[in-house]
Amino acid sequence: MSELAPRTLFEKIWDSHRVLDREDGQTLLYVDRHLVHDGSAPAFELLRQRGIKPRAPERVFATPDHYVPTDTRERDAITDDRHRGMVDALERNTAETGIRMFGLKDANQGIVHVVGPEAGLSLPGMLIVCGDSHTSTHGALGALAFGIGSTEVAHVLGSQTLWQRRPKTLRITIDGTLGTGVTAKDVILAIIAAIGAAGATGHVIEYAGSAIRGLSMEGRLTLCNMSIEAGGRAGMVAPDETTYAYLKGRPFAPAGHDWDRELERWKRLPSDPGAVFDREVTLDGDAIAPMVTWGNSPEDALPITASLPDPAAEPDPERRAAILDAFEYMGLTPGAPLESVMVNRVFIGSCTNGRIEDLRAAAEVARGRRVAQGVVAWVVPGSAPVRRQAVEEGLDRIFTEAGFEFREAGCSMCLGTNGEIATPGERVASTSNRNFRGRQGPGARTHLLSPAMAAAAAVTGHLTDVRALMAEG
Amino acid sequence: MQPFITLRSAAVPFARANIDTDQIIPARFLSRPRAIDHGQFLFHDLRQAPDGEQRPDFPLNRLHWRDARIALGGRNFACGSSRESAVWAMYDHGFRAVIAPSYGDIFANNSVKNGMLAVVLPRDAVDALMAEAEATPGAEIDIDLPAQTVTSAAGTWSFDIDPYAKKSLLEGLDELAFTLTHESDIAAFEHRMGRDNR
Ligand code: SF4
Repeated sequence: MSELAPRTLFEKIWDSHRVLDREDGQTLLYVDRHLVHDGSAPAFELLRQRGIKPRAPERVFATPDHYVPTDTRERDAITDDRHRGMVDALERNTAETGIRMFGLKDANQGIVHVVGPEAGLSLPGMLIVCGDSHTSTHGALGALAFGIGSTEVAHVLGSQTLWQRRPKTLRITIDGTLGTGVTAKDVILAIIAAIGAAGATGHVIEYAGSAIRGLSMEGRLTLCNMSIEAGGRAGMVAPDETTYAYLKGRPFAPAGHDWDRELERWKRLPSDPGAVFDREVTLDGDAIAPMVTWGNSPEDALPITASLPDPAAEPDPERRAAILDAFEYMGLTPGAPLESVMVNRVFIGSCTNGRIEDLRAAAEVARGRRVAQGVVAWVVPGSAPVRRQAVEEGLDRIFTEAGFEFREAGCSMCLGTNGEIATPGERVASTSNRNFRGRQGPGARTHLLSPAMAAAAAVTGHLTDVRALMAEG
Repeated sequence: MQPFITLRSAAVPFARANIDTDQIIPARFLSRPRAIDHGQFLFHDLRQAPDGEQRPDFPLNRLHWRDARIALGGRNFACGSSRESAVWAMYDHGFRAVIAPSYGDIFANNSVKNGMLAVVLPRDAVDALMAEAEATPGAEIDIDLPAQTVTSAAGTWSFDIDPYAKKSLLEGLDELAFTLTHESDIAAFEHRMGRDNR
């Protein structure tokens, strides 16, 4: 292949990780960075049964997140034997195999997709995998990052490689300027609403355009995080000055001479002018409003100013049935304004929106206000460093004075595997990424939105256009 | 891994689009070791009411489909999380194949790794198979992997499959052992990479 043919960011990373190509179209790719969490026990078990040891433990990093409590850092306080067992298994498996783990009390602990970028473990140009679908998050740094299953985790541990068929590429270009109160979360929800929950199936997405360039690193991480909710294999943003400024000085990022050498490489990563994508989608950044989901698929997203759909007006019978199903589960009335929907709980956190900028945006809305009567509102930082930073900035006080609970780092109510769930019928305004039935507990009703919108719902007691509160000051 | 060659079985329809892996196996069952029968968790919260009573209208609870080994899914079947236990739950329940217009990518990968075939057919073909299953519950479908065909009373359809996935399924391939036969290539790559980084 000619070196001169213009290539996309994805193609450059793919090409530089090819160990070998098979005639049947499969490529063996080398994995630079492998992240594991406390759901990885089955993969270690598979390896143990086979008597195979990790090939490159120095490329693997671990942290417990799914099963850790967020009211305490004491492992012994985990009352559920199975949950404690998952945390213990990670500790045992990593100790036995020489893998570095950031444990419950480690200064770097947190949700694996918050920890990787923040520690400087996830870098531009890398191929990164993790046994978790939201691994797409790390693509925000200009990496190729995707989630894999347990058997593949064992395969990567054992061989540091993975067989893949080259996916297609999709460029989503968003030009323009995002309005006040419009965040990366609103952008990705608008994208998913536009292309559908399977809109990017089989594709690696590259996000481009001036509205994307204008996003902070945190915003880009939020955006790439939910690529999987659009069906995408991975999501990426080309590295630029924002990326380099974010990474410089991170604990595991290269330093000194290494930094200079890597920086030179990173600068060659962005898609070449004229590089061809298999598909292109364009959205107008100026037109995006704060978004909220109403149904049980992330594609069921609307601007907060809208009303709930009317199933009778839906021509496609499959779609009509899906809307009726969702309304029944969610306890909603056709045609009602979104702002009239009352909430019981608010969850601000997760690998989508548990970063410092997210907490700042929520605190800005919470400052000087009170959580509405009868609403339980939680702030769960995405990592220990995020939590420390928030405390340093006094955000914890703003939250607690407003009546929010400010907790320890972990996945918490995003998935509730640690037991932190909503009760049946409870309605949750949540900054996480999935509004599936039962995702936050059997019978729980989830509305996805941005941190500022979640804080607005907390203080008013219903879904609220945060822009109205921002205007109040 | 058990090889997959041909299969004749009743096919049970799960008609909705975007059935996610949280429906296939709720998150609270994810801390169970692989050795445990995951079939009991399959569609747990759709299959039974909160009080534990089985919902008689849920497809898996209907007599003709209890032993079905083929699942028919809607668009974007098994989207969502990477949990391989979604495949384990289907496999342990007895499923050896799924037929749907499209899948969550990670589920489709996990499926092959466990010897369960995920066939992609156009939506109208899947609709025809679902209609047939509803009209004649328990009617059997034939899947022939070497020939890449699905046959029912409603017709015969050909499907595409990645050649490597096909080979893995037909042979019940142990992928890690296979990859490690390429150990020298991996070592050479690591050597090149180390040299480039100096
Ligand atoms: S925060 Fe939620 S989506 Fe992210 S890794 Fe944890 S459970 Fe998964």
